[in-house]
Amino acid sequence: MSEATKPTQNIHEYLAELEDIPGTRVFTAKRARKGYWINQFAMSLMKPQNRARFKADERAYLDEWKISEEAKQALLKRDYNTLLDLGGNVYFLSKLFSSDGLPFAEAVSTMTDMTWPEYRQMMLDGGRSPEGNRSIKANLAAAGAEDHKGGC
Amino acid sequence: MARITAGVGSSHVPLLGVAVDQGKWQDDYFGPIFKGYEWTRAWEQEAKPDVVILVYNDHASAFDANIIPTFAIGCGEHYKSADEGWGPRPVPDVEGHADLAWHIAQSLILDDFDMTIINEMDVDHGLTVPLSMMFGQPEKWPCKVVPLAVNVVTYPVPSGNRCWALGEAIARAVASFPEDLNVQIWGTGGMSHQLQGPRAGLLNREWDNRFLDMLASDSDAVRWIPHIEYLRETGSEGIEMVMWLIMRGALGKSVKTLNRHYHIPCSNTAIGHIVLEPAD
Repeated sequence: MSEATKPTQNIHEYLAELEDIPGTRVFTAKRARKGYWINQFAMSLMKPQNRARFKADERAYLDEWKISEEAKQALLKRDYNTLLDLGGNVYFLSKLFSSDGLPFAEAVSTMTDMTWPEYRQMMLDGGRSPEGNRSIKANLAAAGAEDHKGGC
Repeated sequence: MARITAGVGSSHVPLLGVAVDQGKWQDDYFGPIFKGYEWTRAWEQEAKPDVVILVYNDHASAFDANIIPTFAIGCGEHYKSADEGWGPRPVPDVEGHADLAWHIAQSLILDDFDMTIINEMDVDHGLTVPLSMMFGQPEKWPCKVVPLAVNVVTYPVPSGNRCWALGEAIARAVASFPEDLNVQIWGTGGMSHQLQGPRAGLLNREWDNRFLDMLASDSDAVRWIPHIEYLRETGSEGIEMVMWLIMRGALGKSVKTLNRHYHIPCSNTAIGHIVLEPAD
């Protein structure tokens, strides 16, 4: 098929599929819009003078930004999964990891159900398997089939 | 005339930069990774590229959430190492090749690729870590660099097919540059990794190796892998591998594999690299 006649991908189907990954918030335009000021706040921490002001009084520094109270609380608590839900992106949030002096992988481990030593060991053992982690729908279907079997 | 003599695909994990900068590259953790790059470092000393077109992504360093270029080309004279929150990496400044970069930018636009042109920016680990892996710790980088930044963070990112086609267009642009230059193209990022959410830590050795096989083959099937497959199989950040397709697209139909290495893990990530030569 030539470039000129190639059909455009259906954007609604494309975006719906992105929401079908277990334990993952794909950074879509929708999330980028929602989390814009969270990410711009995080970006500001690349400047040493801003890092110093943030560290001196986190709440006061956050109050300078157009960020919701929910997001401010999540930032204060370093609740990264909530921040992902609110449109935060990990490359921006990593400015907060480094301001805290936290290694990237250790900060990432706080988003999982493991402790940092457990997470590190999982990585040394070859990482998390894609098995059972590919699709929310497929997992639900498999669980349904399993329930059905149990019921017979 | 300028010519593309080789392509390299390589991970650009920031921790590798830390290992180099802090002299940890021979320890038990990093040793096997750096050993895997030994052959390639020696090969680069022989290959002596004049210029590397370095395809990478900016990790919220030069670009913030405000402006998100899909494909951006650095046309400046030089670039400094970015402060990513720890202070800039202690590496030499990166020297650009403004004449070649502007030539490529103009050629690509005439070839229907609507590039963003950047004159001034800092470059982060996405660009400086591959330089360290290939060249070690010289006083001055041994070649000039044309940075080519791709948005692989905010969806939709460019399709694999579009990346491959951009590579083909880059090869045409380089071939029409009148100066005699030995040019390499590097595609960086990946391989499988996920840095966010409860599914963080996902790695996929089997898929990554199949991807390397596809790059090494004469088929262009790899350009048609949809975004959703990268997401499901390689983690949310594995999508960076579309940048390797720009490199592969620039090498023509047939390639010869000079070196290939894969290692798990480095921090959250599967490390891989491949060195290819056009064989047409």
